[in-house]
Amino acid sequence: MLRLEKRPTPSKFWLYATPPVAVILTMIAGGILFALMGTNPFEVIRTIFWDPLFGEFAFYLRGQLLVKAGPLILIAIGLALGFRAGIWNIGAEGQYIIGAIFGAAVGLAVFPTESRWIFPVMIVAGAFGGWVWAMIPAILKTRFNTNEILVSLMLVYVAETILAKASTGFLKNPEGMGFPGSRNFSSYPAAQNAFLYEPLGLHWGGVAALVTAVLAYILLTRHQAGFQIRLAGQAPRAARFHGVSPARLVVLCMGLSGALAGLAGMFEVTGPAGQISIDFNTGYGFTAIIVAFLGRLNPLGIVLAGFILALTYVGGEMASTSLGLPDAAIQVFQGMLLFFLLAVDVLTNYRFRLAVGAH
Amino acid sequence: MKRRNLLAGAVTGLLLASGASFAQGMDKVKACFVYVGPIGDGGWTYQHHQGALAVQEAFGDKVEIQYQENVPEGADAERVLTQMALGGCNIIFTTSFGFMDATNAVAAKFPDVKFEHATGYKREHPNVSTYNARFYEGRAVQGLIAGRMTKSNKIGYIASFPIPEVIMGINSYFLHARKVNPDVELSIVWAFTWFDPAKEADAAKALIDQGVDVIASHTDSTAPLAEAAKTEGRVIGFGQASDMAIPEYMPTPRVSSIIDNWAPYYVKRVGQLLDGTYAQTDSWEGIAAGEVEIGTITEAVPAEVKAEAEAMRDAIAAGTYHPFTGPINKQDGSPWLAEGAIAPDSDLLGMNFYVEGIVGDIPQ
Amino acid sequence: MDFFGGINPVILIATLMASAVPILLAALGEAVVERSGVLNLGVEGMMIIGALGGFVVAVETGSPVIGFFGGAVAGALLSLIFATLTQVFLANQVATGLALTLFGLGVSSLGGQGYNGIKPPATGQLLPDALADLPVVGPILFGHDWVVYFSIAMTAVLWWVLKSTRVGLIIRAVGESHEAAHALGYKVNRIRLMCIAFGGAMAGMGGAYISLARVPQWVDGITAGAGWIALAIVVFASWKPWRVLIGAYLFGGITVLQLNLQVAGSGIPVEYLSMAPYLITILVLVIMSAGRKANGAPAALGQNFHASR
Repeated sequence: MLRLEKRPTPSKFWLYATPPVAVILTMIAGGILFALMGTNPFEVIRTIFWDPLFGEFAFYLRGQLLVKAGPLILIAIGLALGFRAGIWNIGAEGQYIIGAIFGAAVGLAVFPTESRWIFPVMIVAGAFGGWVWAMIPAILKTRFNTNEILVSLMLVYVAETILAKASTGFLKNPEGMGFPGSRNFSSYPAAQNAFLYEPLGLHWGGVAALVTAVLAYILLTRHQAGFQIRLAGQAPRAARFHGVSPARLVVLCMGLSGALAGLAGMFEVTGPAGQISIDFNTGYGFTAIIVAFLGRLNPLGIVLAGFILALTYVGGEMASTSLGLPDAAIQVFQGMLLFFLLAVDVLTNYRFRLAVGAH
Repeated sequence: MKRRNLLAGAVTGLLLASGASFAQGMDKVKACFVYVGPIGDGGWTYQHHQGALAVQEAFGDKVEIQYQENVPEGADAERVLTQMALGGCNIIFTTSFGFMDATNAVAAKFPDVKFEHATGYKREHPNVSTYNARFYEGRAVQGLIAGRMTKSNKIGYIASFPIPEVIMGINSYFLHARKVNPDVELSIVWAFTWFDPAKEADAAKALIDQGVDVIASHTDSTAPLAEAAKTEGRVIGFGQASDMAIPEYMPTPRVSSIIDNWAPYYVKRVGQLLDGTYAQTDSWEGIAAGEVEIGTITEAVPAEVKAEAEAMRDAIAAGTYHPFTGPINKQDGSPWLAEGAIAPDSDLLGMNFYVEGIVGDIPQ
Repeated sequence: MDFFGGINPVILIATLMASAVPILLAALGEAVVERSGVLNLGVEGMMIIGALGGFVVAVETGSPVIGFFGGAVAGALLSLIFATLTQVFLANQVATGLALTLFGLGVSSLGGQGYNGIKPPATGQLLPDALADLPVVGPILFGHDWVVYFSIAMTAVLWWVLKSTRVGLIIRAVGESHEAAHALGYKVNRIRLMCIAFGGAMAGMGGAYISLARVPQWVDGITAGAGWIALAIVVFASWKPWRVLIGAYLFGGITVLQLNLQVAGSGIPVEYLSMAPYLITILVLVIMSAGRKANGAPAALGQNFHASR
């Protein structure tokens, strides 16, 4: 009879080994799934994981990885800080949308003025928009003890309605023949988040993601706030004795994750997406949750995890077009990845023992 | 700069390798399709895919078809289009308005690949063409049937988004119902989606609960028909985008339908590419060219109404009748079309007003 | 008696009772799960698997009743993945629940290819027309299909079980203090596993109602976020079954009302109407949690239990 026994200290080996083992297990399980669906599993796995990096069109697809990974990393870092402290911001998708709307609104309001200050102001506006949207669940939690998971989630739906109103109403392109959608930012250079180096898919959002990863790492390991976050998550009572104010932590973590999500939204709408449209949001706020966990809630791990997930997206699309794989298979794949990660993770804190005789 | 040349070079290389030669037509064409939804939706995307299959059937070995479903609008669309162009597609059909910017952006990078964008208006490069269908012609026929068949004098419309195409449809439907039935009233529900069966079912139920007995929709699922079927004959509806001629829904509630038939256009364009006569166009055809079809009118519709509807359909096809012929006023009473005047295409493409007689405001 | 020029309150109430069934069933199931101390955010995944499972079984067997049963089984099976991960592998409940939702959405989309657009066998009115056509009480009390009555009956059953039976006491004990329950000899993880499976079955059945009765059709993503609403209702109702019923009817009612207001030409902008259900849910959540010193949650909610002996 197998039993779980708690380890005296977490296993360093499994701390690092869990993500790769999970990825391999997912490939195996995914391969079985693909085989059951009638496609060649090796071909599919190769198309998803190998081709975007080294295959025929890799010169183009490699760049697309950062385009996809950038917003995921940015959002996931913010979420990870909160998750470590036990603060569950599930509404990052809504903060992403509101940040995009704020940033875009500022830019479009001054169209067609050209000035090098416009883009920086838009960045601040985007972060501010996301911050405000995250403050709602934060304040409701600190003042009324309302569950932040549900409030932030409900606000995602509200944000989507506001997005629809923006595309068909207050941000609609006056020269767009009545069609919904804002002006496209590619026609407004001062406000556009153009590629800094297209072959790598690098735009300001990607830069922000990498810079934020480093800053967050420093915050977590060197700064007092980072210490408080880690303490609150692992030993809440000790944290209180230490003087950590739970309310301040909630406001800090929600605010930070909201601002980062809003920033990601702003970079995305002025860059790859190009305009505010009714379904501009593609679920990054939710996928970032997977990225956060895959990266073990560590900013540097999140960078890697972001790329792995981007790989499944980009490669998955290729598999869809060239191998006829339904794209729902990729969603299943991503879900399996998180499952295996969570399952293998048990080995970090527990070990399996064979118990003979009485339990 | 170097990257663009590399991309263009790759495509030219592939084209040469496939034995194609340019201005004089091609031996083989790879036609690719980008869909916004699943081909199994039984509506918008399903019909586009039927068009794609028709191309395969029409040209056999000379054509290779490739498609990608469920492509989100935005950056992902650009990537899919780029991958398709890199993969050797000669002509790419993007089948949703939201692909407009992506289509034009990628067209700039691949000048030798033809792009066809449905329901859009931007043709920023010589290799981008746009195409659409005159759905308002089908709405006219529906409106006539609705006006004649309603017993409660309340007809309904499940609208998607407040864009000119939808408003055109509402206006056409209402005008022709009013023409044959001056007492008819129109109730509009805005679903803010193109396809969401649960929402459409709820919208249909709300309409039915308030006395509406004819429902038309601009959203693409069979849910409104399913809701109407529950009333066992009291409420009728129409198939939308595809025929929806399911046996359980005939002869009622589905009394007719508007069918988007993209096959004639797709076959024509690919054929032009093959024989070298392809040129950039902006196409907006209707019943006459076979792009809009009126589905079989069932026996639930009285014979004289059926005859009237078919006569209108034929008149539109022959060009002797235009659904937007004056005198028509705008909702606020100001005149729009004088007696006998026909609406110019530009007025229709930018339509942002209801016609006189419709109650309510367009959501802003 | 109509108001706003067309809305009939009797029909409105009857409609909202039916439209609330999916979230009511799912919320009742989740309430039991949370009472035992487990937070399962995967309700949306279980609902949509139930929607597909129920649809497929109904179409293949021709019987809608077996279809509902199939939906419940499908939801329960999916929930077992969550149960294994959280009770055996001690994985974080929030993350596992989210993964379940993602996985469920993907699997249902994959499995549903080929079932788009098919019409399932109908689930009709249960009681005869003579009763259903009575004024006022007819549509509201007698005009529904059996699942609506089942949902109300379940509310009563769960209320009684949680309040007055030994089983209910054990579940609550496990949720309040799993250490104490374990010391008393109760198999905490096994009890939680059974509650999770029950929650999965209820959510699955709720999902099946959407694809078999309310729409009725199968399409990708047909649940459209209903699972998240159910989660909100559980908190709003302080984990008490009768309050879950009120919450479900409130939410269902607002959704139905906003559509009817549109049809009646009320003039209220559509965007505000469609935001209303979510804003009102937030408002109610705030009022509920502000009005109490402790918010009434089971004390061990969200924490995994590992027997250290």
